Amino acid sequence: MSKKLNRVVATAVAFCIAGAAFAAGHLTEDQQRAMDARQSHMGLYSFNLGPIGAMAQDRIPYDAAIATAAASNLAALASMDQAAYWVEGTDASIEGSRAKAEIWTDAAGYMAEKEKLAAATAALAAVAGDGLDAMKAAFGPVGQSCGSCHEAYRAPRT
Amino acid sequence: MAKWRIIGVLALLVVGAGWYITKPAPLPSDALDGLTGDPARGEIVFAAAGCASCHTSEDGPPTLLSGGKTFASDFGTFVAPNISSDPEHGVGAWSDLALASAIMRGVGENGAHLYPAFPYTSYNKAELSDIVDLIAHLRTLPPSDQPNAAHDLAFPFNQRIALGPWKFLFANSDWVLQEAASPELIRGRYLVEALGHCAECHTPRNALGGLDTARWMGGAPHPSDEGRIPNITTAVLSWSERDIAEYLKSGFTPDFDSAGGEMAEVVKNTGQLTDDDRAAIAAYLKAIPPVAE
Repeated sequence: MSKKLNRVVATAVAFCIAGAAFAAGHLTEDQQRAMDARQSHMGLYSFNLGPIGAMAQDRIPYDAAIATAAASNLAALASMDQAAYWVEGTDASIEGSRAKAEIWTDAAGYMAEKEKLAAATAALAAVAGDGLDAMKAAFGPVGQSCGSCHEAYRAPRT
Repeated sequence: MAKWRIIGVLALLVVGAGWYITKPAPLPSDALDGLTGDPARGEIVFAAAGCASCHTSEDGPPTLLSGGKTFASDFGTFVAPNISSDPEHGVGAWSDLALASAIMRGVGENGAHLYPAFPYTSYNKAELSDIVDLIAHLRTLPPSDQPNAAHDLAFPFNQRIALGPWKFLFANSDWVLQEAASPELIRGRYLVEALGHCAECHTPRNALGGLDTARWMGGAPHPSDEGRIPNITTAVLSWSERDIAEYLKSGFTPDFDSAGGEMAEVVKNTGQLTDDDRAAIAAYLKAIPPVAE
């Protein structure tokens, strides 16, 4: 666990440093802050998926309290309003961003993906404490939601 | 004068021999004798071979093989054809032999070479029985009456006759991992090198579009010029076999990031395989030589 936490923190710090260095020349403060915020948001998803995923993959024992706490965090994160994240001029053509232009040009499609994640994480939070099998069953749609949004709206690494 | 006549005849012979050596070579007419397709088994082959990833439309259902997706490349833009069971616009009227020749030899129903955007250079290593099962499954999928669009290729790449020499140079059915010591590795090699055609994206190409097998799975520029397809050899990929197998099942990396882009499509396919098959793919990736970045 602590190793995973370290990695997440290190990633977040690296994003901040890289972001700050880059912003000096190219981005407005508002653009940089929005990019930092949404990337931190993704980091929080990843962090809270950690224990649930490890239980679903039978790498650690199931723990109803831990699963419920993490799933509730995911549901809360997915229900947050993100409108202020998508500042113009911060798509994948900017270094440090992998947000495809389609997020702006197909905002309705992107919002539909976000709603799908909100529904899947709410369903997971509702049953995460009801045993490993119930948690696993509800975890599948969360993963599929991550995948279908990344497929359409996240650019590959450069 | 006589000398020029001899040179002319020799030149014709060379061209003729070249054409003969590189002309489209479909499967022999008795290749499928004794084989009966099993559509249920074919469904697994369909997933392992990743057919839906290219042949469905962007928004269409995963079983409607209407074609129409476009693929940018250095040679122009390829358009995936309709391979649904529709007899007019799809391949419903093709014989099993014609379909198997397309899949394994890159020869169309009209006898012309097909472009290797269709990975017959991988499928040529498939078991005929798997291909017959696959074809039986294809025939159970719904028809689409979407007309085919032409590829948009520049000269000389729009000359299909040039594909004969290309195949002569680059299409062969040798395994890249020549020594596979266990049944698991043999299965993994089959899933990766034949059906899964992973190398088509993960291995760099030479100027003529042939795979650089010396840098097998060493990563490559994305053909659309957007980003890079990663090196998945042990030189870079430090995940355990279990990590790889879990990624191919759920799309989650060990850090619980998740697959995106084309790889999200791939995970939809690999997610349908058995745990043993995903473990075999992982074992294979650990067995191939590392390629330094």
